[in-house]
Amino acid sequence: MTSNSYSSAEGHIHEPPLRGIKRWLLTTNHKEIGSLYLIFSLVMFFIGGTMALVIRAELFQPGLQLVQPEFFNQMTTMHGLIMVFGAVMPAFVGLANWMVPLQIGAPDMALPRLNNFSFWLLPLAFSLLLSSLFMEGGGPNFGWTFYAPLSTTYAPPSTNFFILSIHLAGISSILGAINIIATILNMRTPAMKLMDMPLFVWTWLITAFLLLAVMPVLAGVVTMMLLDINFGTSFFNAAGGGDPVLFQHLFWFFGHPEVYIMILPAFGIASMIVPTFARKRLFGYRSMVYATASIAILSFVVWAHHMFTVGLPLAAQLFFMYATMLIAVPTGVKVFNWVATLFHGSISFEVPMLFTLAFIVQFTIGGLSGVMLAIVPADYQYHDTYFVVAHFHYVLVPGAVFAIIAGVYYWLPKWTGFYPDETLGRWHFWLSVIGVNLTFFPMHFSGLAGMPRRIPDYALQFADFNLLSSLGGFLFGMSQLLLIWVVVRCVRGGKPAPDKAWEGAEGLEWQVPSPAPLHTFSTPPEFIPERDSPGRA
Amino acid sequence: MTGVWLNRIWHAVLWIPVVFFSHPLLAKNLYGDSNLNLPVGVTHMSREVYSLHMIIFWICVVIAVVVFGVMFWSLIRYRKSKGAKAAHFHENTLVEILWTAIPLVILVVMAIPATATLQKIYDTSEAEMDVMITGYQWRWHYEYLGQDVSFFSNLATPPEQIDGREQKGENYLLEVDQPLVLPVDTKVRLLLTSNDVIHSWWVPQLAVKKDAIPGFVNENWTRIDEPGIYRGQCTELCGRLHGFMPVTVKAVSKEDYQIWLAEQKQQAVEKAAGNEREWTLPDLMAQGETVYNTYCAACHMVNGQGIPPAFPALAGSPLTTKAEGRATHIELVLYGKAGTAMAAFGSTLSAADLAAVITYERNAFGNNTGDVVQPAEIKQQLKPTE
Repeated sequence: MTSNSYSSAEGHIHEPPLRGIKRWLLTTNHKEIGSLYLIFSLVMFFIGGTMALVIRAELFQPGLQLVQPEFFNQMTTMHGLIMVFGAVMPAFVGLANWMVPLQIGAPDMALPRLNNFSFWLLPLAFSLLLSSLFMEGGGPNFGWTFYAPLSTTYAPPSTNFFILSIHLAGISSILGAINIIATILNMRTPAMKLMDMPLFVWTWLITAFLLLAVMPVLAGVVTMMLLDINFGTSFFNAAGGGDPVLFQHLFWFFGHPEVYIMILPAFGIASMIVPTFARKRLFGYRSMVYATASIAILSFVVWAHHMFTVGLPLAAQLFFMYATMLIAVPTGVKVFNWVATLFHGSISFEVPMLFTLAFIVQFTIGGLSGVMLAIVPADYQYHDTYFVVAHFHYVLVPGAVFAIIAGVYYWLPKWTGFYPDETLGRWHFWLSVIGVNLTFFPMHFSGLAGMPRRIPDYALQFADFNLLSSLGGFLFGMSQLLLIWVVVRCVRGGKPAPDKAWEGAEGLEWQVPSPAPLHTFSTPPEFIPERDSPGRA
Repeated sequence: MTGVWLNRIWHAVLWIPVVFFSHPLLAKNLYGDSNLNLPVGVTHMSREVYSLHMIIFWICVVIAVVVFGVMFWSLIRYRKSKGAKAAHFHENTLVEILWTAIPLVILVVMAIPATATLQKIYDTSEAEMDVMITGYQWRWHYEYLGQDVSFFSNLATPPEQIDGREQKGENYLLEVDQPLVLPVDTKVRLLLTSNDVIHSWWVPQLAVKKDAIPGFVNENWTRIDEPGIYRGQCTELCGRLHGFMPVTVKAVSKEDYQIWLAEQKQQAVEKAAGNEREWTLPDLMAQGETVYNTYCAACHMVNGQGIPPAFPALAGSPLTTKAEGRATHIELVLYGKAGTAMAAFGSTLSAADLAAVITYERNAFGNNTGDVVQPAEIKQQLKPTE
């Protein structure tokens, strides 16, 4: 027997790895692509965050000090687009790339070359989008929701570039979703049934179907904009017989499932981390899966709750109010399940757990303000004020972003082979919690007091709350530099992690070495469902 | 029978938060002047909306206290560091059914009063008067239907306050040159539309917020109980000066409203007379400066330098300084420029105002052409479209 026969026994004939830039441009390895996604997302998080700080600096006190209104509008627009499409979504795709194959015992993603392509579309899309800031007339300035006709008849010339970049990002998402679905449905280790899958895998499977369903609608709506702007159609132009409200229906038919695309994988991460550090099996696994699916299905019939002030008929308002309130039920089930998992556990508070617990509390606050927003007559007072800004930032930043950070701390030992620095991690956590709540909690009050969103200057009675939000914003922004420091240190070294990095962790990802070698599970591993696992008896 | 019974319970439930939160002593001690909550408002509907808001708020607080209570208690009680051993249960059908059913019941309890209030908000019938509200970038236009009274309502905060050269006034960014005047104790139907992009008309004290959308006419209504000045803002991003288009409503007694209405009609007659007479250059310049600063300075700037390339300079431009540019200059002001932010003012401003502002633009900022444009010339230009 030669060494050659050893590698064929592994199922692979390895070519020598490429070096330098080519290695990253041409890689088809799910772990490398996962890292690329995560790094890209981190870069975008800081670019979008810098824009948020420009906004917060301008709003530090009443009056126009630092920027002019046109640039302020570009900042709010770009901040939203970059955070949604460039930071949060790619971060979840990065985590899926790394962890889904490891959690289901697959050697790689089902479509590795497609995986490479869908990643590399993103830097292209976002360089294009960012370049529009430097074009004549400035970048997109119509809000991340780009309502027509402000984004068509009244838009700057760079809007065509914005449309193209949304198309590219959309194609990337669709291809990524197809890949994840194909991987999960076809490449599980044979013993793993659907109802044995870890919840991170389940939530991603459902998220991927949502992506497949709604990204084409987004592509459709931006194409209609393109036609209105350049080819004289009047989809959204009232003067030509078009309908500006149609834009909002189409946009939110995409947009509402989109917000669940940004939260369902976060639910998955929390459902992995809570049992690990409570050392107890997840309470209500089945109901977690059903709740996720219910939320996904309901997300298609609630879109008009973003449009309660456009003048829909009474019957439509009532339907969308009831449907929206209904979402609170499966969402509540999830929160109750996490709490019940904690109940009678054996709980320890490592950094991933801290971020997850903060996620649960803060996401719930965002969920409760969501219930308030669902009540149409009350929504007339909240709509398009800072109350809404507070609500969606609570579910997205102290919610989804905290879950992503929790996932990063949780899986870093598997990626790098070293534990992230516990002390630094705790500093990062506490500064983030204080900063994020100081930023977004006062926004509830500025909204109730009557401050509309997307304004560069405001009346004097909103000054105190804005001052607090701005201070909090800078604290939160600066503390994220600690995250970079923690990650860089962890990549370079630290306390070595064993295969199973956390005492209470369960799942296939903890059976491969830490750091996970480039190629894992060349042959399908043995699999014991969690319910039969000795660790959770 | 059950209806009456439910109604009584409902009012009892409704009453507690209303009393609690609107008690002046409490309100003052808790909040001072810092506006921590929605305003109760000055209409029946705004008070109903406020009660609804407080009820949902307290339900949410109770839910949060219970859920977080159990959560934090578990976190403290079942610490590994205190030797907690994990239990093995992982499901409980009864508990799971309960925590699905109880939220459902709570939601139904919330939905019933919300539905009732919403139905009232949608009932715009039997209005005693109609006001047409049209959104423009970046001002509101009010038309009292059937009264021949209409006017624009513009931000009145001086630019010096905005850029910090002057002390900011009490109603900074919430003050207008001419408020919407409405009589109290009168059901007013509000019809909303837009001339350009989508705007949204909001007055928190009235609990009225409705989008003004081009090509649509939306309806809403209000009936104000107390005379006073109620301030709000545009709440739908509508472009550059979205943050600078306040809504101000002045509610007056029915008698005062009639007096005001008569004055407005008189002023309309005087204004119409201005379109018929010849003006002198100084008069045109004086009037033109006012019009320019209200309608043009937002883009072309007070000094006429504009913000190129989006908003071209008027100072020293061939269009405003050369005789060949005169006709195009007038045409642009009257009909706007397609595909740009330049709006058509031909149907917005009176002939006299148009003549004044064009004259001003041709003589101010060092343009000094000595050109005079008279209202008669503008009327001549506008004729074909009439």
